[in-house]
Amino acid sequence: MSPPSDMRAEIEAAAARYPDRRSAIMPALLIAQRLHGHLPGQVLEEVADILGVERIWVYELATFYTLFHTEPVGRYHLQLCDNVSCMLCGSEALLAHIETVLGIGKGETTADGLFTLSTVECLGACEMAPVMQVGDDYHGALDIARLDALLTRLRAEAGAAAGATEMAGE
Amino acid sequence: MFEPVLLKNLDRPDAHRLAAYEATGGYRGLARALKEHTPDEVIGIVKAANLRGRGGAGFPTGMKWGFVPKAPGRPKYLCCNADEGEPGTFKDRIIMERDPHQLIEGMAISAYAIGAATAYVYIRGEYVKAIRTLGAAIGEARDKGYLGQNILGSGFDFEMHIHEGAGAYICGEETAMLDSLEGKRAQPRLKPPFPAVEGLYASPTVVNNVETLACVPHILTRGDDWFRDIGPEKSPGPKLYCLSGQVRKPGLYELPMGISLGELVEEHAGGPLSGRRIKAVIPGGVSAPVIPAEGLGVAMDFDSLAAAGSMLGSAGVIVIDDSTCMVKVATRIIEFFHHESCGKCTPCREGLNWVVKVLRRIEAGRGAPDDLDQLRDLCKGIFGNTFCALGDGAAMGLRAALEHYGDEFAAHIDRQKCPFH
Ligand SMILES: Cc1cc2nc3c(=O)[nH]c(=O)nc-3n(C[C@H](O)[C@H](O)[C@H](O)COP(=O)(O)O)c2cc1C
Ligand code: SF4
Repeated sequence: MSPPSDMRAEIEAAAARYPDRRSAIMPALLIAQRLHGHLPGQVLEEVADILGVERIWVYELATFYTLFHTEPVGRYHLQLCDNVSCMLCGSEALLAHIETVLGIGKGETTADGLFTLSTVECLGACEMAPVMQVGDDYHGALDIARLDALLTRLRAEAGAAAGATEMAGE
Repeated sequence: MFEPVLLKNLDRPDAHRLAAYEATGGYRGLARALKEHTPDEVIGIVKAANLRGRGGAGFPTGMKWGFVPKAPGRPKYLCCNADEGEPGTFKDRIIMERDPHQLIEGMAISAYAIGAATAYVYIRGEYVKAIRTLGAAIGEARDKGYLGQNILGSGFDFEMHIHEGAGAYICGEETAMLDSLEGKRAQPRLKPPFPAVEGLYASPTVVNNVETLACVPHILTRGDDWFRDIGPEKSPGPKLYCLSGQVRKPGLYELPMGISLGELVEEHAGGPLSGRRIKAVIPGGVSAPVIPAEGLGVAMDFDSLAAAGSMLGSAGVIVIDDSTCMVKVATRIIEFFHHESCGKCTPCREGLNWVVKVLRRIEAGRGAPDDLDQLRDLCKGIFGNTFCALGDGAAMGLRAALEHYGDEFAAHIDRQKCPFH
Protein backbone atom coordinates (compact mmCIF):
# COMPACT_ATOMS: atom_id res chain seq x y z
CA MET A 1 0.00 0.00 0.00
CA SER A 2 1.57 3.30 -0.97
CA PRO A 3 1.02 6.18 1.45
CA PRO A 4 -1.75 8.62 0.62
CA SER A 5 -0.20 11.35 -1.47
CA ASP A 6 -0.96 14.19 0.94
CA MET A 7 0.85 12.59 3.90
CA ARG A 8 4.16 14.08 2.81
CA ALA A 9 2.64 17.53 2.31
CA GLU A 10 0.91 17.46 5.70
CA ILE A 11 4.08 16.34 7.44
CA GLU A 12 6.12 19.04 5.71
CA ALA A 13 3.60 21.66 6.85
CA ALA A 14 3.93 20.40 10.44
CA ALA A 15 7.73 20.40 10.24
CA ALA A 16 7.72 24.06 9.18
CA ARG A 17 6.44 24.99 12.64
CA TYR A 18 9.65 23.91 14.38
CA PRO A 19 13.31 24.89 14.08
CA ASP A 20 14.27 21.20 14.28
CA ARG A 21 12.69 18.41 12.21
CA ARG A 22 12.93 15.94 15.10
CA SER A 23 10.18 17.96 16.83
CA ALA A 24 7.84 17.09 13.97
CA ILE A 25 7.95 13.34 14.65
CA MET A 26 4.98 13.46 17.03
CA PRO A 27 2.75 15.50 14.73
CA ALA A 28 3.88 13.35 11.80
CA LEU A 29 2.90 10.16 13.62
CA LEU A 30 -0.51 11.63 14.41
CA ILE A 31 -0.97 12.53 10.74
CA ALA A 32 0.16 9.08 9.61
CA GLN A 33 -2.09 7.33 12.11
CA ARG A 34 -5.09 9.36 11.03
CA LEU A 35 -4.49 8.33 7.42
CA HIS A 36 -3.58 4.67 8.05
CA GLY A 37 -5.61 3.80 11.14
CA HIS A 38 -2.51 2.54 12.94
CA LEU A 39 1.28 2.66 12.66
CA PRO A 40 2.86 -0.50 11.22
CA GLY A 41 6.65 -0.58 10.83
CA GLN A 42 6.50 0.37 7.20
CA VAL A 43 4.62 3.59 8.00
CA LEU A 44 7.14 4.43 10.73
CA GLU A 45 9.93 4.07 8.18
CA GLU A 46 8.04 6.26 5.76
CA VAL A 47 7.70 8.97 8.43
CA ALA A 48 11.42 8.76 9.25
CA ASP A 49 12.29 9.06 5.57
CA ILE A 50 10.01 12.05 4.96
CA LEU A 51 11.47 13.89 7.94
CA GLY A 52 15.01 12.68 7.30
CA VAL A 53 15.45 11.61 10.93
CA GLU A 54 16.80 8.44 12.55
CA ARG A 55 14.35 5.56 12.40
CA ILE A 56 14.99 4.70 16.04
CA TRP A 57 13.76 8.18 17.03
CA VAL A 58 10.47 7.44 15.33
CA TYR A 59 10.13 3.93 16.82
CA GLU A 60 10.84 5.12 20.33
CA LEU A 61 8.05 7.68 20.19
CA ALA A 62 5.56 5.31 18.56
CA THR A 63 6.05 2.90 21.48
CA PHE A 64 6.16 5.47 24.31
CA TYR A 65 2.92 7.40 23.88
CA THR A 66 -0.36 5.59 24.52
CA LEU A 67 -2.29 7.32 21.73
CA PHE A 68 -0.05 5.74 19.10
CA HIS A 69 -1.10 2.26 17.98
CA THR A 70 1.41 -0.01 16.33
CA GLU A 71 -1.29 -2.71 16.05
CA PRO A 72 -4.65 -2.30 14.30
CA VAL A 73 -7.62 -1.14 16.37
CA GLY A 74 -11.34 -1.54 15.66
CA ARG A 75 -13.36 1.01 13.75
CA TYR A 76 -14.63 2.40 17.06
CA HIS A 77 -12.14 2.52 19.88
CA LEU A 78 -14.10 2.59 23.13
CA GLN A 79 -11.88 4.33 25.67
CA LEU A 80 -13.58 4.19 29.01
CA CYS A 81 -12.06 6.28 31.79
CA ASP A 82 -11.59 4.33 35.01
CA ASN A 83 -9.71 6.92 37.01
CA VAL A 84 -10.99 8.00 40.44
CA SER A 85 -13.78 10.44 39.52
CA CYS A 86 -15.26 8.07 36.94
CA MET A 87 -14.86 5.10 39.27
CA LEU A 88 -16.75 6.98 41.98
CA CYS A 89 -19.54 7.55 39.46
CA GLY A 90 -19.89 3.95 38.32
CA SER A 91 -17.37 3.24 35.54
CA GLU A 92 -16.81 -0.33 36.78
CA ALA A 93 -20.40 -1.34 36.07
CA LEU A 94 -20.10 0.20 32.61
CA LEU A 95 -16.95 -1.76 31.90
CA ALA A 96 -18.59 -5.02 32.99
CA HIS A 97 -21.58 -4.24 30.81
CA ILE A 98 -19.51 -3.55 27.70
CA GLU A 99 -17.52 -6.73 28.28
CA THR A 100 -20.73 -8.73 28.47
CA VAL A 101 -22.59 -7.25 25.52
CA LEU A 102 -19.58 -7.17 23.19
CA GLY A 103 -18.01 -10.39 24.48
CA ILE A 104 -14.54 -8.84 24.66
CA GLY A 105 -12.20 -7.82 27.45
CA LYS A 106 -9.89 -4.84 27.81
CA GLY A 107 -7.46 -4.56 24.92
CA GLU A 108 -9.53 -6.82 22.66
CA THR A 109 -11.37 -6.19 19.41
CA THR A 110 -14.70 -7.71 18.35
CA ALA A 111 -14.50 -10.34 15.60
CA ASP A 112 -16.23 -8.01 13.14
CA GLY A 113 -13.50 -5.42 13.73
CA LEU A 114 -16.05 -2.85 14.85
CA PHE A 115 -15.10 -2.26 18.48
CA THR A 116 -11.87 -2.22 20.46
CA LEU A 117 -12.23 -1.81 24.22
CA SER A 118 -9.73 -0.03 26.46
CA THR A 119 -9.79 1.60 29.84
CA VAL A 120 -7.87 4.86 29.96
CA GLU A 121 -6.61 7.25 32.59
CA CYS A 122 -8.41 10.52 33.31
CA LEU A 123 -9.80 12.13 30.15
CA GLY A 124 -10.08 15.54 31.81
CA ALA A 125 -13.86 15.70 31.71
CA CYS A 126 -14.70 14.63 35.26
CA GLU A 127 -17.63 17.04 35.47
CA MET A 128 -19.48 14.61 33.19
CA ALA A 129 -18.22 11.37 34.78
CA PRO A 130 -18.42 8.58 33.89
CA VAL A 131 -16.89 9.42 30.52
CA MET A 132 -15.86 7.44 27.47
CA GLN A 133 -14.01 8.71 24.42
CA VAL A 134 -14.85 7.18 21.06
CA GLY A 135 -12.81 8.56 18.17
CA ASP A 136 -12.77 12.35 18.54
CA ASP A 137 -15.85 12.52 20.75
CA TYR A 138 -16.42 12.45 24.49
CA HIS A 139 -19.59 10.80 25.79
CA GLY A 140 -20.37 11.84 29.35
CA ALA A 141 -22.86 11.15 32.15
CA LEU A 142 -23.05 7.57 30.92
CA ASP A 143 -25.29 4.93 32.42
CA ILE A 144 -26.22 1.51 31.06
CA ALA A 145 -29.12 2.85 28.99
CA ARG A 146 -27.07 5.62 27.39
CA LEU A 147 -24.23 3.24 26.76
CA ASP A 148 -26.55 0.78 24.99
CA ALA A 149 -28.00 3.61 22.90
CA LEU A 150 -24.50 4.73 21.93
CA LEU A 151 -23.42 1.23 20.88
CA THR A 152 -26.60 0.84 18.83
CA ARG A 153 -26.01 4.17 17.13
CA LEU A 154 -22.40 3.32 16.31
CA ARG A 155 -23.46 -0.05 14.86
CA ALA A 156 -26.09 1.64 12.71
CA GLU A 157 -23.59 4.27 11.58
CA ALA A 158 -21.13 1.55 10.56
CA GLY A 159 -23.90 -0.39 8.81
CA ALA A 160 -24.98 2.70 6.89
CA ALA A 161 -21.40 3.44 5.86
CA ALA A 162 -20.93 -0.17 4.69
CA GLY A 163 -24.21 0.05 2.75
CA ALA A 164 -23.08 3.27 1.09
CA THR A 165 -19.77 1.70 -0.01
CA GLU A 166 -21.59 -1.29 -1.46
CA MET A 167 -23.95 0.97 -3.42
CA ALA A 168 -21.03 3.02 -4.71
CA GLY A 169 -19.25 -0.17 -5.76
CA GLU A 170 -22.19 -1.55 -7.73
CA MET B 1 -19.98 39.75 45.70
CA PHE B 2 -17.42 38.01 43.50
CA GLU B 3 -17.89 38.49 39.77
CA PRO B 4 -16.49 35.78 37.52
CA VAL B 5 -13.42 36.83 35.56
CA LEU B 6 -12.14 33.86 33.57
CA LEU B 7 -15.59 32.37 33.08
CA LYS B 8 -17.50 35.61 32.61
CA ASN B 9 -18.32 34.85 28.97
CA LEU B 10 -19.00 31.17 29.41
CA ASP B 11 -22.74 31.37 28.88
CA ARG B 12 -22.50 33.27 25.60
CA PRO B 13 -22.94 30.77 22.78
CA ASP B 14 -20.27 32.49 20.65
CA ALA B 15 -17.79 33.16 23.46
CA HIS B 16 -15.09 31.29 21.56
CA ARG B 17 -15.23 33.74 18.64
CA LEU B 18 -13.05 36.81 18.32
CA ALA B 19 -15.96 39.25 17.88
CA ALA B 20 -17.54 38.21 21.18
CA TYR B 21 -14.21 38.40 22.94
CA GLU B 22 -13.50 41.89 21.62
CA ALA B 23 -17.01 43.03 22.54
CA THR B 24 -16.27 42.37 26.22
CA GLY B 25 -12.93 44.17 26.22
CA GLY B 26 -10.77 41.45 24.72
CA TYR B 27 -7.27 42.29 23.43
CA ARG B 28 -7.27 45.64 25.26
CA GLY B 29 -4.77 44.19 27.72
CA LEU B 30 -2.43 43.35 24.85
CA ALA B 31 -2.87 46.80 23.33
CA ARG B 32 -2.09 48.41 26.67
CA ALA B 33 0.98 46.23 27.23
CA LEU B 34 2.39 47.00 23.79
CA LYS B 35 1.59 50.71 23.68
CA GLU B 36 2.00 51.84 27.28
CA HIS B 37 4.55 49.51 28.84
CA THR B 38 8.05 48.20 28.31
CA PRO B 39 8.50 44.43 28.69
CA ASP B 40 10.08 44.99 32.11
CA GLU B 41 7.09 47.01 33.23
CA VAL B 42 4.77 44.17 32.24
CA ILE B 43 6.85 41.79 34.34
CA GLY B 44 6.66 44.30 37.18
CA ILE B 45 2.86 44.46 36.96
CA VAL B 46 2.51 40.66 37.02
CA LYS B 47 4.90 40.52 39.99
CA ALA B 48 2.94 43.22 41.80
CA ALA B 49 -0.31 41.32 41.18
CA ASN B 50 1.34 38.34 42.89
CA LEU B 51 -0.03 35.95 40.31
CA ARG B 52 1.06 32.41 41.19
CA GLY B 53 1.17 29.53 38.73
CA ARG B 54 -2.07 27.58 38.42
CA GLY B 55 -0.35 24.45 37.07
CA GLY B 56 0.19 23.02 40.52
CA ALA B 57 3.25 24.43 42.22
CA GLY B 58 2.08 28.02 42.73
CA PHE B 59 5.38 29.52 41.63
CA PRO B 60 5.21 33.34 41.27
CA THR B 61 4.70 34.03 37.57
CA GLY B 62 6.33 37.48 37.37
CA MET B 63 9.42 36.15 39.13
CA LYS B 64 9.66 33.25 36.65
CA TRP B 65 9.44 35.68 33.73
CA GLY B 66 12.12 37.81 35.37
CA PHE B 67 14.59 34.88 35.35
CA VAL B 68 14.74 34.91 31.54
CA PRO B 69 18.05 36.52 30.55
CA LYS B 70 17.62 39.89 28.89
CA ALA B 71 20.60 39.59 26.58
CA PRO B 72 19.80 39.19 22.90
CA GLY B 73 21.30 36.17 21.21
CA ARG B 74 19.53 32.88 21.63
CA PRO B 75 15.83 32.94 20.71
CA LYS B 76 13.46 32.72 23.68
CA TYR B 77 10.40 30.51 23.85
CA LEU B 78 7.09 30.48 25.63
CA CYS B 79 5.37 27.12 26.21
CA CYS B 80 1.84 26.83 27.43
CA ASN B 81 1.22 23.73 29.48
CA ALA B 82 -2.19 22.45 28.33
CA ASP B 83 -1.43 18.81 29.00
CA GLU B 84 -3.93 18.72 31.88
CA GLY B 85 -3.42 15.12 32.89
CA GLU B 86 -3.90 15.42 36.65
CA PRO B 87 -6.93 13.24 37.43
CA GLY B 88 -9.88 15.33 38.55
CA THR B 89 -8.87 18.39 36.50
CA PHE B 90 -10.70 19.87 33.52
CA LYS B 91 -10.42 23.67 33.83
CA ASP B 92 -7.88 24.24 31.04
CA ARG B 93 -10.01 22.23 28.62
CA ILE B 94 -13.01 24.45 29.33
CA ILE B 95 -11.00 27.67 28.88
CA MET B 96 -9.72 26.44 25.51
CA GLU B 97 -13.07 25.13 24.31
CA ARG B 98 -15.17 28.05 25.45
CA ASP B 99 -13.06 31.21 25.65
CA PRO B 100 -9.72 30.51 23.94
CA HIS B 101 -8.87 34.14 23.08
CA GLN B 102 -8.11 34.80 26.75
CA LEU B 103 -5.28 32.31 26.46
CA ILE B 104 -4.01 33.71 23.15
CA GLU B 105 -4.01 37.24 24.52
CA GLY B 106 -2.29 36.14 27.73
CA MET B 107 0.36 34.34 25.70
CA ALA B 108 1.00 37.35 23.48
CA ILE B 109 1.47 39.56 26.53
CA SER B 110 3.73 37.02 28.20
CA ALA B 111 5.81 36.59 25.04
CA TYR B 112 6.22 40.38 24.81
CA ALA B 113 7.36 40.50 28.43
CA ILE B 114 10.00 37.78 28.05
CA GLY B 115 11.06 38.64 24.50
CA ALA B 116 9.81 35.44 22.82
CA ALA B 117 8.84 35.43 19.15
CA THR B 118 7.54 31.85 19.15
CA ALA B 119 5.27 29.90 21.47
CA TYR B 120 3.95 26.36 21.58
CA VAL B 121 0.76 25.25 23.27
CA TYR B 122 1.23 21.65 24.35
CA ILE B 123 -2.32 20.23 24.41
CA ARG B 124 -3.06 16.63 25.30
CA GLY B 125 -4.15 14.77 22.17
CA GLU B 126 -7.45 13.60 23.65
CA TYR B 127 -8.66 17.21 23.71
CA VAL B 128 -9.75 17.20 20.06
CA LYS B 129 -12.41 19.87 20.52
CA ALA B 130 -10.06 22.19 22.41
CA ILE B 131 -7.39 21.70 19.74
CA ARG B 132 -9.83 22.63 16.98
CA THR B 133 -11.35 25.57 18.82
CA LEU B 134 -8.03 27.05 19.87
CA GLY B 135 -6.66 26.45 16.37
CA ALA B 136 -9.55 28.38 14.82
CA ALA B 137 -9.13 31.18 17.38
CA ILE B 138 -5.41 31.46 16.57
CA GLY B 139 -6.40 31.86 12.91
CA GLU B 140 -8.88 34.63 13.78
CA ALA B 141 -6.32 36.43 15.93
CA ARG B 142 -3.73 36.22 13.17
CA ASP B 143 -6.16 37.60 10.57
CA LYS B 144 -6.94 40.51 12.84
CA GLY B 145 -3.27 41.31 13.50
CA TYR B 146 -3.10 40.20 17.15
CA LEU B 147 -0.55 37.60 16.13
CA GLY B 148 2.10 37.70 13.40
CA GLN B 149 4.38 40.53 12.30
CA ASN B 150 4.40 44.00 13.83
CA ILE B 151 1.44 43.38 16.16
CA LEU B 152 -0.78 46.48 16.51
CA GLY B 153 1.94 48.55 14.87
CA SER B 154 4.27 48.03 17.85
CA GLY B 155 7.12 46.31 16.03
CA PHE B 156 6.55 43.17 18.15
CA ASP B 157 6.43 39.91 16.15
CA PHE B 158 4.92 36.80 17.68
CA GLU B 159 3.64 33.48 16.38
CA MET B 160 2.10 30.56 18.23
CA HIS B 161 1.60 26.90 17.33
CA ILE B 162 -0.30 23.99 18.80
CA HIS B 163 1.66 20.83 19.61
CA GLU B 164 -0.61 17.85 20.16
CA GLY B 165 0.35 15.41 22.89
CA ALA B 166 -0.10 11.70 22.46
CA GLY B 167 -1.14 10.39 25.85
CA ALA B 168 1.42 10.53 28.65
CA TYR B 169 0.75 12.22 32.00
CA ILE B 170 4.44 12.87 32.51
CA CYS B 171 4.38 15.38 29.62
CA GLY B 172 2.73 17.76 32.10
CA GLU B 173 6.00 17.92 34.05
CA GLU B 174 7.58 20.95 32.44
CA THR B 175 10.99 19.53 31.51
CA ALA B 176 9.48 16.27 30.22
CA MET B 177 7.22 18.47 28.09
CA LEU B 178 10.26 20.20 26.63
CA ASP B 179 11.83 16.85 25.72
CA SER B 180 8.54 15.81 24.17
CA LEU B 181 8.47 19.05 22.14
CA GLU B 182 11.97 18.29 20.94
CA GLY B 183 10.72 14.97 19.58
CA LYS B 184 12.06 12.74 22.34
CA ARG B 185 10.46 10.40 24.83
CA ALA B 186 9.02 12.54 27.60
CA GLN B 187 11.35 12.11 30.55
CA PRO B 188 12.09 14.82 33.11
CA ARG B 189 15.41 16.65 32.97
CA LEU B 190 17.72 17.44 35.83
CA LYS B 191 17.13 20.93 37.27
CA PRO B 192 19.11 23.21 37.33
CA PRO B 193 19.47 24.45 34.69
CA PHE B 194 15.92 25.70 34.95
CA PRO B 195 13.95 26.17 31.72
CA ALA B 196 14.03 29.97 32.08
CA VAL B 197 17.77 29.76 31.47
CA GLU B 198 18.06 26.60 29.37
CA GLY B 199 14.79 25.13 28.15
CA LEU B 200 13.44 24.30 24.70
CA TYR B 201 16.30 23.72 22.24
CA ALA B 202 18.59 24.80 25.11
CA SER B 203 17.14 28.33 24.84
CA PRO B 204 15.56 30.38 27.63
CA THR B 205 11.97 29.17 27.97
CA VAL B 206 9.01 30.01 30.14
CA VAL B 207 6.47 27.27 30.82
CA ASN B 208 3.11 28.39 32.17
CA ASN B 209 -0.24 26.74 32.71
CA VAL B 210 -3.32 27.72 30.65
CA GLU B 211 -5.18 29.27 33.58
CA THR B 212 -2.09 31.23 34.68
CA LEU B 213 -1.77 32.78 31.21
CA ALA B 214 -5.51 33.42 30.98
CA CYS B 215 -5.29 35.63 34.10
CA VAL B 216 -2.71 37.92 32.50
CA PRO B 217 -4.96 40.02 30.17
CA HIS B 218 -7.27 40.80 33.09
CA ILE B 219 -4.33 41.96 35.22
CA LEU B 220 -3.21 44.28 32.44
CA THR B 221 -6.66 45.82 31.93
CA ARG B 222 -7.86 45.97 35.53
CA GLY B 223 -4.61 46.53 37.35
CA ASP B 224 -2.41 44.61 39.75
CA ASP B 225 -4.14 45.98 42.85
CA TRP B 226 -7.54 44.76 41.63
CA PHE B 227 -6.10 41.26 41.27
CA ARG B 228 -4.24 41.34 44.57
CA ASP B 229 -7.40 42.38 46.39
CA ILE B 230 -9.19 39.13 45.49
CA GLY B 231 -8.58 36.38 48.06
CA PRO B 232 -5.60 36.02 50.40
CA GLU B 233 -2.72 38.45 50.03
CA LYS B 234 -0.08 35.77 49.48
CA SER B 235 -2.12 33.72 47.07
CA PRO B 236 -4.57 36.08 45.39
CA GLY B 237 -6.84 36.14 42.37
CA PRO B 238 -9.85 34.43 40.87
CA LYS B 239 -9.54 30.64 40.81
CA LEU B 240 -11.10 27.81 38.84
CA TYR B 241 -12.13 24.82 40.95
CA CYS B 242 -12.99 21.50 39.26
CA LEU B 243 -15.62 19.63 41.27
CA SER B 244 -16.18 15.94 40.60
CA GLY B 245 -16.94 12.62 42.22
CA GLN B 246 -19.75 11.88 44.66
CA VAL B 247 -21.28 15.34 44.82
CA ARG B 248 -24.62 16.70 43.69
CA LYS B 249 -23.47 19.37 41.25
CA PRO B 250 -20.13 18.49 39.70
CA GLY B 251 -18.72 21.19 37.43
CA LEU B 252 -16.30 24.07 37.04
CA TYR B 253 -16.65 26.87 39.58
CA GLU B 254 -14.88 30.22 39.54
CA LEU B 255 -14.52 31.74 43.00
CA PRO B 256 -11.84 33.67 44.85
CA MET B 257 -8.71 31.94 46.01
CA GLY B 258 -8.95 31.05 49.66
CA ILE B 259 -12.61 30.03 49.79
CA SER B 260 -13.13 27.23 52.30
CA LEU B 261 -13.18 23.71 50.94
CA GLY B 262 -16.38 23.05 52.89
CA GLU B 263 -18.19 26.02 51.37
CA LEU B 264 -17.06 24.97 47.91
CA VAL B 265 -18.33 21.42 48.31
CA GLU B 266 -21.42 21.99 50.44
CA GLU B 267 -22.78 25.30 49.17
CA HIS B 268 -21.56 25.66 45.61
CA ALA B 269 -21.43 22.03 44.52
CA GLY B 270 -24.58 21.03 46.43
CA GLY B 271 -23.04 18.70 49.02
CA PRO B 272 -23.22 14.91 49.11
CA LEU B 273 -25.59 12.72 47.12
CA SER B 274 -28.89 12.01 48.86
CA GLY B 275 -28.59 9.81 51.91
CA ARG B 276 -24.81 10.00 51.89
CA ARG B 277 -22.19 11.64 54.06
CA ILE B 278 -18.92 13.09 52.81
CA LYS B 279 -16.02 11.00 54.00
CA ALA B 280 -13.04 12.65 52.35
CA VAL B 281 -12.07 15.20 49.73
CA ILE B 282 -9.01 15.26 47.49
CA PRO B 283 -8.46 19.01 47.02
CA GLY B 284 -5.99 19.32 44.14
CA GLY B 285 -5.97 16.35 41.81
CA VAL B 286 -4.85 12.88 42.89
CA SER B 287 -1.30 14.11 43.62
CA ALA B 288 -2.76 16.07 46.55
CA PRO B 289 -3.08 14.17 49.85
CA VAL B 290 -6.67 13.45 50.90
CA ILE B 291 -8.39 15.63 53.49
CA PRO B 292 -10.86 13.88 55.84
CA ALA B 293 -14.33 15.38 56.35
CA GLU B 294 -13.25 16.97 59.66
CA GLY B 295 -10.71 19.10 57.78
CA LEU B 296 -13.07 20.76 55.30
CA GLY B 297 -12.65 24.15 56.98
CA VAL B 298 -9.29 24.56 55.21
CA ALA B 299 -8.93 27.52 52.84
CA MET B 300 -8.31 26.73 49.19
CA ASP B 301 -5.04 28.51 48.56
CA PHE B 302 -1.45 27.39 48.13
CA ASP B 303 -0.23 28.20 51.63
CA SER B 304 -3.25 27.07 53.66
CA LEU B 305 -3.43 23.69 51.97
CA ALA B 306 0.31 23.16 52.32
CA ALA B 307 -0.01 23.96 56.04
CA ALA B 308 -2.79 21.35 56.25
CA GLY B 309 -0.47 18.71 54.77
CA SER B 310 -1.99 18.72 51.33
CA MET B 311 -1.77 21.01 48.32
CA LEU B 312 -3.89 23.16 46.02
CA GLY B 313 -2.26 21.47 43.02
CA SER B 314 -4.54 21.72 40.02
CA ALA B 315 -7.65 22.44 42.16
CA GLY B 316 -9.21 19.20 40.99
CA VAL B 317 -11.57 18.66 43.92
CA ILE B 318 -12.72 15.03 44.14
CA VAL B 319 -15.48 14.31 46.63
CA ILE B 320 -15.66 10.85 48.20
CA ASP B 321 -18.64 9.69 50.27
CA ASP B 322 -19.16 7.06 52.95
CA SER B 323 -20.15 4.36 50.46
CA THR B 324 -16.62 4.25 49.08
CA CYS B 325 -13.70 2.10 50.16
CA MET B 326 -10.56 4.17 50.69
CA VAL B 327 -8.30 1.20 49.99
CA LYS B 328 -9.87 0.97 46.57
CA VAL B 329 -9.39 4.70 45.95
CA ALA B 330 -5.77 4.53 47.10
CA THR B 331 -5.15 1.49 44.92
CA ARG B 332 -6.61 3.16 41.84
CA ILE B 333 -4.47 6.26 42.44
CA ILE B 334 -1.24 4.31 42.82
CA GLU B 335 -2.10 2.20 39.77
CA PHE B 336 -2.42 5.47 37.87
CA PHE B 337 0.98 6.72 38.99
CA HIS B 338 2.57 3.38 38.28
CA HIS B 339 1.08 3.34 34.78
CA GLU B 340 2.30 6.89 34.12
CA SER B 341 5.78 6.50 35.63
CA CYS B 342 8.21 7.33 32.83
CA GLY B 343 10.60 4.64 34.06
CA LYS B 344 13.63 6.86 34.43
CA CYS B 345 14.30 6.30 38.12
CA THR B 346 14.10 3.14 40.23
CA PRO B 347 12.23 4.29 43.37
CA CYS B 348 9.28 5.40 41.22
CA ARG B 349 9.35 2.64 38.58
CA GLU B 350 9.99 -0.33 40.90
CA GLY B 351 8.70 1.14 44.15
CA LEU B 352 5.26 1.89 42.75
CA ASN B 353 5.10 -1.53 41.14
CA TRP B 354 5.61 -3.04 44.57
CA VAL B 355 3.10 -0.71 46.22
CA VAL B 356 0.46 -1.65 43.64
CA LYS B 357 0.96 -5.35 44.38
CA VAL B 358 0.58 -4.87 48.12
CA LEU B 359 -2.48 -2.63 47.78
CA ARG B 360 -4.19 -5.01 45.37
CA ARG B 361 -3.75 -7.93 47.70
CA ILE B 362 -5.09 -5.96 50.68
CA GLU B 363 -8.16 -4.87 48.68
CA ALA B 364 -8.69 -8.46 47.48
CA GLY B 365 -8.73 -9.72 51.09
CA ARG B 366 -5.33 -11.36 50.97
CA GLY B 367 -3.35 -8.78 52.94
CA ALA B 368 -0.69 -9.92 55.41
CA PRO B 369 -0.39 -8.49 58.95
CA ASP B 370 2.82 -6.60 58.19
CA ASP B 371 1.58 -5.14 54.89
CA LEU B 372 0.79 -1.72 56.39
CA ASP B 373 4.31 -1.41 57.75
CA GLN B 374 5.58 -2.49 54.41
CA LEU B 375 3.55 0.23 52.68
CA ARG B 376 4.86 2.85 55.09
CA ASP B 377 8.42 1.73 54.44
CA LEU B 378 7.85 1.86 50.70
CA CYS B 379 6.51 5.42 50.97
CA LYS B 380 9.64 6.34 52.91
CA GLY B 381 11.83 4.78 50.25
CA ILE B 382 10.08 6.61 47.43
CA PHE B 383 9.46 10.05 48.92
CA GLY B 384 12.35 12.43 48.36
CA ASN B 385 14.28 9.87 46.35
CA THR B 386 12.71 10.27 42.93
CA PHE B 387 13.92 12.28 39.99
CA CYS B 388 10.71 14.30 39.59
CA ALA B 389 7.64 15.12 41.64
CA LEU B 390 5.51 12.29 40.22
CA GLY B 391 6.98 9.76 42.63
CA ASP B 392 6.75 12.19 45.56
CA GLY B 393 3.09 12.89 44.83
CA ALA B 394 2.28 9.20 44.78
CA ALA B 395 4.04 8.56 48.10
CA MET B 396 2.55 11.62 49.82
CA GLY B 397 -0.97 10.65 48.82
CA LEU B 398 -0.61 7.09 50.06
CA ARG B 399 0.95 8.22 53.32
CA ALA B 400 -2.04 10.48 53.98
CA ALA B 401 -4.52 7.70 53.15
CA LEU B 402 -2.74 5.38 55.60
CA GLU B 403 -2.66 8.05 58.26
CA HIS B 404 -6.34 9.02 58.07
CA TYR B 405 -7.89 5.70 57.06
CA GLY B 406 -5.48 3.21 58.64
CA ASP B 407 -8.47 1.50 60.30
CA GLU B 408 -10.03 0.71 56.95
CA PHE B 409 -6.80 -0.78 55.67
CA ALA B 410 -6.43 -2.82 58.86
CA ALA B 411 -10.04 -4.05 58.64
CA HIS B 412 -9.34 -5.43 55.16
CA ILE B 413 -6.42 -7.41 56.53
CA ASP B 414 -8.16 -8.59 59.74
CA ARG B 415 -11.31 -9.79 58.01
CA GLN B 416 -9.50 -10.92 54.85
CA LYS B 417 -12.13 -9.13 52.76
CA CYS B 418 -13.15 -5.63 51.72
CA PRO B 419 -15.75 -4.39 54.26
CA PHE B 420 -17.48 -2.45 51.48
CA HIS B 421 -18.44 -5.42 49.32
C1 LIG C 1 4.08 14.72 37.21
C2 LIG C 1 3.73 16.15 36.95
C3 LIG C 1 2.64 16.47 36.13
C4 LIG C 1 2.30 17.79 35.88
N1 LIG C 1 1.22 18.04 35.07
C5 LIG C 1 0.90 19.34 34.79
C6 LIG C 1 -0.18 19.63 33.91
O1 LIG C 1 -0.86 18.73 33.39
N2 LIG C 1 -0.45 20.93 33.65
C7 LIG C 1 0.29 21.95 34.20
O2 LIG C 1 0.03 23.11 33.91
N3 LIG C 1 1.31 21.70 35.03
C8 LIG C 1 1.64 20.42 35.33
N4 LIG C 1 2.71 20.17 36.16
C9 LIG C 1 3.48 21.32 36.68
C10 LIG C 1 4.53 21.79 35.65
O3 LIG C 1 5.71 21.04 35.83
C11 LIG C 1 4.87 23.26 35.80
O4 LIG C 1 5.19 23.51 37.12
C12 LIG C 1 3.76 24.21 35.40
O5 LIG C 1 3.28 23.92 34.11
C13 LIG C 1 4.25 25.63 35.44
O6 LIG C 1 3.21 26.52 35.11
P1 LIG C 1 2.65 27.58 36.17
O7 LIG C 1 3.84 28.25 36.80
O8 LIG C 1 1.84 28.50 35.36
O9 LIG C 1 1.87 26.81 37.17
C14 LIG C 1 3.05 18.84 36.45
C15 LIG C 1 4.12 18.53 37.29
C16 LIG C 1 4.47 17.21 37.54
C17 LIG C 1 5.63 16.92 38.43
S1 SF4 D 1 9.75 9.99 39.52
FE1 SF4 D 1 8.77 8.56 38.06
S2 SF4 D 1 8.01 9.88 36.44
FE2 SF4 D 1 9.52 11.10 37.59
S3 SF4 D 1 11.49 10.73 36.54
FE3 SF4 D 1 11.35 9.14 38.11
S4 SF4 D 1 10.41 7.39 37.01
FE4 SF4 D 1 10.03 9.20 35.76
